[in-house]
Amino acid sequence: MKNLIDLEKKINSELPTKINKTKIKHNQIYIEINKEDLIDVLLFVKTNKDAKFRQLIDITVVDYPEEVQRFKIVYLLLSHEFNQRLVLSYFISEKEVISSVTSIFPSANWMEREVFDMYGVNFKDHPDLRRILTDYGFEGHPLRKDFPLTGHIESRYSEEQKKVINEPVKLEQNYRNFDYESPWEGTKYIKEQTKINDKKN
Amino acid sequence: MTKKIKNLNLNFGPQHPAAHGVLRLILELDGEVVEKADPHIGLLHRGTEKLIENKTYMQAVPYFDRLDYVAPMNQEHAFALAIEKILGIDVPIRAQFIRVMFCEIGRILSHILNVTTQALDVGALTPSLWGFEERETLMTFYERASGSRLHANYFRAGGVHQDLPVGLERDIAKFCETFPKVINDLENLLTDNRIFKQRNVDIGIVTKEDALDYSFSGVMIRGSGVPWDLRKSQPYDCYDQLEFKVPIGKNGDCYDRYLCRIEEMKESVFIIKQCLAKMEKGPIKTFDGKISPPSKKEIKQSMEALIHHFKLFTEGYRVPEDEIYTAVEAPKGEFGVYLISDGTSKPYKCKIRAPGFSHLQSMDYLIKGHMLADVPAVLGSLDIVFGEVDR
Repeated sequence: MKNLIDLEKKINSELPTKINKTKIKHNQIYIEINKEDLIDVLLFVKTNKDAKFRQLIDITVVDYPEEVQRFKIVYLLLSHEFNQRLVLSYFISEKEVISSVTSIFPSANWMEREVFDMYGVNFKDHPDLRRILTDYGFEGHPLRKDFPLTGHIESRYSEEQKKVINEPVKLEQNYRNFDYESPWEGTKYIKEQTKINDKKN
Repeated sequence: MTKKIKNLNLNFGPQHPAAHGVLRLILELDGEVVEKADPHIGLLHRGTEKLIENKTYMQAVPYFDRLDYVAPMNQEHAFALAIEKILGIDVPIRAQFIRVMFCEIGRILSHILNVTTQALDVGALTPSLWGFEERETLMTFYERASGSRLHANYFRAGGVHQDLPVGLERDIAKFCETFPKVINDLENLLTDNRIFKQRNVDIGIVTKEDALDYSFSGVMIRGSGVPWDLRKSQPYDCYDQLEFKVPIGKNGDCYDRYLCRIEEMKESVFIIKQCLAKMEKGPIKTFDGKISPPSKKEIKQSMEALIHHFKLFTEGYRVPEDEIYTAVEAPKGEFGVYLISDGTSKPYKCKIRAPGFSHLQSMDYLIKGHMLADVPAVLGSLDIVFGEVDR
């Protein structure tokens, strides 16, 4: 469907039990679902004649370490036919295993490998779940919020051993993360303030 | 008597000149026919996304130059657009034309590199020598506008960093007059060249369906006959005010993709000409003092400007809580930024969607059943740059 609002209604009416929340902003439709319904919802939006979200653009994760369900899994989809974008998401906790979507979108293969590598999220039925971006033998999941920016090991060439060796990171000074607590609230505050002033005048 | 024949495993790269960077490709060969390809990537992984999470929005821009380093400004564009959409700020029209013009220059930069090195991979040396001369001219334009040839750091949320220096517009216009002749020369060397055609026609064919399944974008999807260009279908900045054609291929092979790139360069020249004609004097970034830094002159005179300057370059501007995916048509395909802001001056999450990542993924599907000698040809036409694949 060309119209986003119609599409939102359609998805809500066809899958009433599977959709938790829908929202339209920035000319895109955002859908929240349950972990179990992923395959059903993806198949629906891919094959339904009014949706035709034929292409999986990317899969990614947002990490909220202080929550119980710390990972938000995000699927970005694109419909060439109706020129629309859809953002599908759901929350899982750290140990949960989720289903792979490689059977629906072959391109999900590497995207899921990247998610596994960067966040340590495990996929069920994935044909080839290996690390992809990090080094051979790497430990840890770098994009988790509790992984330090500097990492744990550093590599260098050792003149004595005549090979590249890994050592724990030694820093003269740690990375300094400044906390800017200030009354300078940025642009939104100013905009609101001027609006209130305008109303007063 | 039967003899058992074992397949040969071949390590292609990571230091192979035709691997276009640091790609380690493990090929399983049956004689000279490739049975399986397993690309090992990540040798150029720098943790860009992690670094961006720890930098302010303004400090994050240079990381985008280092993704696809042959067309730096196209990447910055996606990031700038994402912030602008969340903040809801308008970009002055002159800034929009400048940005679009430099994006098209980036497109030409990238396509020259790809077309000529692809020719180099299949045995033609001259095109790269001719093409690189033009790239040098274009990079001088980059340098004159931003101060550096490659890592421009020129686009900002709300506009561009500085106005164009005097005379640059005239020189770019002059380039637009001479460049089509260079494209013609390149075409004379390659388009009807028997060897070039033998190496590229019917090699690495992608069908329409597979192009969609494998998340192809840009020339990779247009070469297979899908008329899809984000500049047309989801226009950003001033692309809706410009006229241009979207060339599409028919057979989806390496040769069609080469032809698409050549045609796109011609269209880019046309777009640059229009930008130059329509560009008028005016502001080049938003006036909102909370987002764009004041000019040096203002700092010397106004207390408020001085405070803004200080705050912008220490704390940076804050972006309200939101979630957005924006994409631009980079030379290599759909380059997207999925940004989550949390109201502070640093992005909470910034996922970079690189076109090369999904293109390289299909290497196994593309090369299966081809000869070993076709590997560089297919790899060349995928247009891979490891800065963006590995991030």
